[in-house]
Amino acid sequence: MPSLRAPAYERQTIGREGKPSHLPCLERRTALNLEVRAHPGIYHHLSTSYRRLFLRLKNNHTKTLLTILTVAVLVMGSLGVVAACTPQSRLVMATTTSLYDTGLWGYLEPMFEEEYDVELDVLYAGTGKALEWGQRGDVDVVTVHSKSRELQFIADGYGMDRVPFAYNYFLIVGPEDDPAGIKDLTPEAAFQKLMEDGSASFVSRGDDSGTHSKEKAIWAAAGYDYEDVKNAGTWYIEAGIGMGPTLTMAHEKQAYTLTDMGTYLSFKSELELVPIVDEGAILLNIYSVIAISPESVPSTNIEMANNLIDFLTSEEIQELIGEYGVEEYGMQLFTPCAGTEPE
Amino acid sequence: MTELWDGFTKAIELIVSLDPEVMQIAGRSLAFAATSCVIAALISLPLGSIIHFNNFFGKRLLINVIQTLYSVPTVAVGLFVYVLLSRSGPLGGLGFLFSPPAIIIGQVLLVIPIITGLTITALSGVDRTVTDTAISLGASRFQAATLLTREARFAILAGLIMGFGRVISEVGLSLMVGGNISGFTRTLTTAISLETSKGELELALALGIILIAIALVVNITLNRLQQR
Repeated sequence: MPSLRAPAYERQTIGREGKPSHLPCLERRTALNLEVRAHPGIYHHLSTSYRRLFLRLKNNHTKTLLTILTVAVLVMGSLGVVAACTPQSRLVMATTTSLYDTGLWGYLEPMFEEEYDVELDVLYAGTGKALEWGQRGDVDVVTVHSKSRELQFIADGYGMDRVPFAYNYFLIVGPEDDPAGIKDLTPEAAFQKLMEDGSASFVSRGDDSGTHSKEKAIWAAAGYDYEDVKNAGTWYIEAGIGMGPTLTMAHEKQAYTLTDMGTYLSFKSELELVPIVDEGAILLNIYSVIAISPESVPSTNIEMANNLIDFLTSEEIQELIGEYGVEEYGMQLFTPCAGTEPE
Repeated sequence: MTELWDGFTKAIELIVSLDPEVMQIAGRSLAFAATSCVIAALISLPLGSIIHFNNFFGKRLLINVIQTLYSVPTVAVGLFVYVLLSRSGPLGGLGFLFSPPAIIIGQVLLVIPIITGLTITALSGVDRTVTDTAISLGASRFQAATLLTREARFAILAGLIMGFGRVISEVGLSLMVGGNISGFTRTLTTAISLETSKGELELALALGIILIAIALVVNITLNRLQQR
């Protein structure tokens, strides 16, 4: 006697009635699959809608192809957009963070782009990294501030001429109460006292930047081997970050640090750090621009790099650099020195 | 705490006023992430299916490796792509470094393991009988695979969502190979990193909130798609 019950797959469907149609879809099909697997002959007894479900498989080739085509067109389109975004004439420059964080390059960039009809891409990094990029040919021109390393870079054949274009001074900042008592000492004497005292914290950039090079130079002038300073104790903190974050860290830890004038002034309002030592010939901070040598990197954009050097040392731009930030900070951030080494 | 609140109000302000620079940066973030996800999906979906549907020596090991790569650090991928695209590197001639294609290449490499791995997981989650039945009904291997992929589409979409989340939130790679160039390769995450280092915490927080808002909108849209 034939069973009066509906086949399993229909029972499942009936049991799920009232639910949104997409929900039982999977179970319905799975139940159907089970049923068909158990009784292959059942296929011929299926309702048309169930048969269509499987017959649809046959047309899937066209559908898949269409989908792949659509996606491919989309990708090509987006790649095209990206390619269109890539400018034809491009000059890539790496600048030291202090010139970037003070907003100087944000101010000068549009002027240069307009004058020479070029896309100037400004990358910011410490002097060490900027020179590394230059050496590898990833940038066309660098603006950095570490004389000894710049001279080495040129001597190694990676750069053309070193053209100084502005300068200011480094300063040692620290907590107002000056726990180590180094106020108004010379930078060298101040560092000696920090080392002997060994209790007041000092935050070092520790990132191979121009400021870090200067700090090492002062330690050397003070008569210490930098390796000894690094291992002198927990008071000496190697941050390994940019100037802004280093200042913030010194502020949080109420420590001393060596900073360039520009970055200090632009962060001053958020810091409880005051200038402690700001006089001494060793604190001179010269920014110079160096084009990458085409002999080292044949594909470099030397023509436009030279344009940038002309631009930076032009009378008009030198004047603007001298005035930059005066209104906002009440003092000069950079002293222009077109092409000549300041004394 | 006031900084958090100020960041929040600033975010609302920037969104409501449709600040052109922020909108541009957000649009760029979204475009980079979407492009990389689409390209990665085109590679990963077939790759995942091939690995799932074939049995070969070392399959288990391969899957383990893929799953380990879910957590590869973004800076490691960044360094790899940097060395590859640097002018003195093997693909230096393309001139891609510090431009959008470099970021997209890096992001694609970053998410391929995620989408491939989750595709394999999704396909393994489908009842075996579906393939068996399709084949018993005369479906070719390709048709059976297509059917199985259809059954697993929600789980695969979840993999895509995860991949998207990974690329839109990464910063190490974009910073390293994109260079955070204003108006060219600056994305939300690299802008946050820059503004933080400049001490503009409010703006940085606001950008972070905008990033979360974008992720939310994308997720809601994809979830809608899932439920249809």
